[in-house]
Amino acid sequence: MHELSIALSILDLVEEEAQRRGGVRVLAVHLKLGPLSGVVAEALSSAFELAREGTSFDTCRLEITEVPIVVFCPNCKSEQEPVSIQCLCCAQCGTPTPQVIHGQEMDVSAMEIADEYANAPG
Amino acid sequence: MNMQTRLVEVRQKVLKQNDVVARALRERFHQAGVFVVSLVSSPGSGKTAFLEKTLTLLRPHFRVAALVGDLATDNDAHRLARSQAPVRQITTGTICHLEADMVQNALADWDLNEIDFLFIENVGNLVCPASYDLGEDLRLVLFSVTEGEDKPLKYPTIFNTADVAVITKMDIAAAVEFDPAAAHNSIQSVRPGMRILEVSSKTNAGMEPWLEFLKQYAPSKSKSQSPVLANSQGALS
Repeated sequence: MHELSIALSILDLVEEEAQRRGGVRVLAVHLKLGPLSGVVAEALSSAFELAREGTSFDTCRLEITEVPIVVFCPNCKSEQEPVSIQCLCCAQCGTPTPQVIHGQEMDVSAMEIADEYANAPG
Repeated sequence: MNMQTRLVEVRQKVLKQNDVVARALRERFHQAGVFVVSLVSSPGSGKTAFLEKTLTLLRPHFRVAALVGDLATDNDAHRLARSQAPVRQITTGTICHLEADMVQNALADWDLNEIDFLFIENVGNLVCPASYDLGEDLRLVLFSVTEGEDKPLKYPTIFNTADVAVITKMDIAAAVEFDPAAAHNSIQSVRPGMRILEVSSKTNAGMEPWLEFLKQYAPSKSKSQSPVLANSQGALS
């Protein structure tokens, strides 16, 4: 189980991004997670709750969006879904392909940050 | 107090720190002319036996070294040291995988210019190591004939991140009714086109094709230009 390591890496990244924006309060962090990232969403959610305790992000939510696997099919010459994670064949024509376009993502895509009214522009 | 929330785009890889270190390592390895091979498998698949044999057979022809990750013991490092190659232990404690900075720290005082092939044995684990780039050129995933032909289907991610699959303990394949064709099908299903090697570290069966395969990546600075295959015939027979 390396989800705790991953959760701590997410918090490091959140802290860095929050500092870069003047120490803003982060309400939520949005994560894109592919099935080939090596991380299980449920386990990561639990680990994140544990990791955020006692930090300045102890109420920060983790919103995970799972990204489906997309492969390049050399026969269809286009991006296609594979049959499954166990069978990297084009779901349309059945051609095997090792070219994974999406599905390995483990990326922080966005953060929800809080602006106090008085400081908010406009 | 009233708060206004807004969404800001970040677009950063979670493991960007690891990736930065791994890229720097890869750059150092290439500049020093070191070819780096990492090994991953579940515990007990025979990584250490395979690596010990590889080091022993390569050492007369190339300058080889190994880093070995282990949760708690240095038993594997002692076993590998029997090959006479420089070996260094990385004790990971509770961490179930190696990360790029652990490799970087372990290499700190080694002169990479003095190494042709560096092997990195990961902690026995088919899940966690998948996510971490270590700066290696080639990642081997090993599984033994006792683990079931469908192992790749159960751990598709690690097979997807690896370059070569090595089936170990082939000497007992018949005794455990191992079905090579089924195993090959499983591997090809999760990673179409993957190169597969079948070896026995005990009898040396399959070691020649493996050494031959490695030899094509031998850095030109190596101390001997003599072909591994020709020279290792004696050792193998």
